[in-house]
Amino acid sequence: MSEEIEGTKTTEETVVNDQNEMDDKVTSPEKVEEAKLKARYPNLGHKPGGSDLLRKRLTKGQKYFDSGDYNMAKAKVKNKQLPAATSEKSGGGEITGDHIPTPQDLPQRKPSLVASKLAG
Amino acid sequence: MAGTGGGSNDVQWCFSQVKGAIDDDVAEADIISTVEFNHSGELLATGDKGGRVVIFQQEIENKSQPQSRSEYNVYSTFQSHEPEFDYLKSLEIEEKINKIRWLPQKNAAQFLLSTNDKTIKLWKISERDKRLEGYNLKEEDGRCIDPNTVTALRVPVFRPMDLMVEASPRRVFANAHTYHINSISINSDHETYLSADDLRINLWHQEITDRSFNIVDIKPVNMEELTEVITAAEFHPNQCNTFVYSSSKGSIRLCDMRASALCDKHSKLFEEPEDPSNRSFFSEIISSISDVKFSHNGRYMMTRDYLSVKIWDLNMETRPVETFQVHEYLRSKLCSLYENDCIFDKFECCWNGNDSVVMTGSYNNFFRMFDRGQRRDVTLEASRESSKPRQVLKPRKVCAGGKRKKDEISVDSLDFNKKILHTAWHPQDNIIAVATTNNLYIFQDKVN
Repeated sequence: MSEEIEGTKTTEETVVNDQNEMDDKVTSPEKVEEAKLKARYPNLGHKPGGSDLLRKRLTKGQKYFDSGDYNMAKAKVKNKQLPAATSEKSGGGEITGDHIPTPQDLPQRKPSLVASKLAG
Repeated sequence: MAGTGGGSNDVQWCFSQVKGAIDDDVAEADIISTVEFNHSGELLATGDKGGRVVIFQQEIENKSQPQSRSEYNVYSTFQSHEPEFDYLKSLEIEEKINKIRWLPQKNAAQFLLSTNDKTIKLWKISERDKRLEGYNLKEEDGRCIDPNTVTALRVPVFRPMDLMVEASPRRVFANAHTYHINSISINSDHETYLSADDLRINLWHQEITDRSFNIVDIKPVNMEELTEVITAAEFHPNQCNTFVYSSSKGSIRLCDMRASALCDKHSKLFEEPEDPSNRSFFSEIISSISDVKFSHNGRYMMTRDYLSVKIWDLNMETRPVETFQVHEYLRSKLCSLYENDCIFDKFECCWNGNDSVVMTGSYNNFFRMFDRGQRRDVTLEASRESSKPRQVLKPRKVCAGGKRKKDEISVDSLDFNKKILHTAWHPQDNIIAVATTNNLYIFQDKVN
């Protein structure tokens, strides 16, 4: 891996995040991919495997009404941002606070009554 | 690839069977979520997202010939788990079967453990091929006979009937996991088993459902400090005091239950040192271990992370003894794989019967085998196009860049929706079960 000092070197994909990095980005495909990602999602947190991602994983399946969320949503000025990335990554999950669900809103979860096609 | 006979003949894999519907429109319930052979290899179980279990039984063409063709046919199917809703936590509990593990056979019946995110169930699968006839107080169709009309007594006798296979839930192990169960593993003591969720591992007795012992707890006091979760756990195949668990940070901890009741402190920590200059946003995510499996002989364990398979010698914690690249060409696609969530796919891995070859899945319905002794690997494909009876599978090659040769497929043409996450290898023979999204393929060693 080359150890050239990058002071004045520029590439098309230069993203200004890691100015202190001495390594040649072009030789590490992972770093190139990281640069691409940061260019697309500048707000992405700097702890990718950390708390947010893991807590999202732990709360998978959380649904519907949460009175805390509801009250916070009512008090907050509506400032809806669409999550930049999909479910597993964004800090927010299902939007639970905006209304009180009624039984009609909830989709019925019925067990599979049909036999598996593997047994067919 | 070395066969189980230990000979130097290469294994030629041939198509044997495919189970499941052909149509492209896959219902979510039909997505296969686990595949497992039993200890003799006679039975093959699958679980799906709809909570159903299908068990296939091997029928050998010619039992006296060692290398006869065999076929797996449906033996039993049942609804193992159903969707639930935890009203207290506002939590939807999926019926998807995460894992199936067979118990060693003790009597005529077969037993397996199946688990979803929250509840483990012990199922008994038994055969009935006889029925009693000649009751005194009951007609053949079930109607009761008035005792006053009975003038003579007879002894009911057994008469043969068409084979009926019944599955019944014998134990339900519930309410022991706050987080989502990712693994179950049966102990070699034939009495206990473990279940692992993201933060805790519990030890159960197979007969007792109303209590379990917590043996590992990595939940931090302050959840803000959470840095890693448990991704898989397994008991050692013959040391009943030993188990391992893997983490989302790429480390494996081996624990000895004799050391203390709570095994938070590991006996061994297996971790490959990382070059800090190579660290990127993706490093931790792709180092997360999705599966850990002991070798049959108990001397090694294999781990699967996003891009590779690693073999560890239990006596050496500092680094794996072998590393196999599954699909290294994906390293320069990590950005898109992160965006489409594929980077979080959890691939499993398995050993062959004599621990000489390991197998794991990839994308585009490709799966890979690595021969440890001969240092060779092969990429094969599970597809309907190669599913003529006994058709030999042709090795596949992915072109990472540059000039694509004929018959090679370029990385950009790979179908990332066609993932092989679950594979299983017969415990003795060269028979493998490979699950695509909703189909189960069975391949066998070519027989003369």
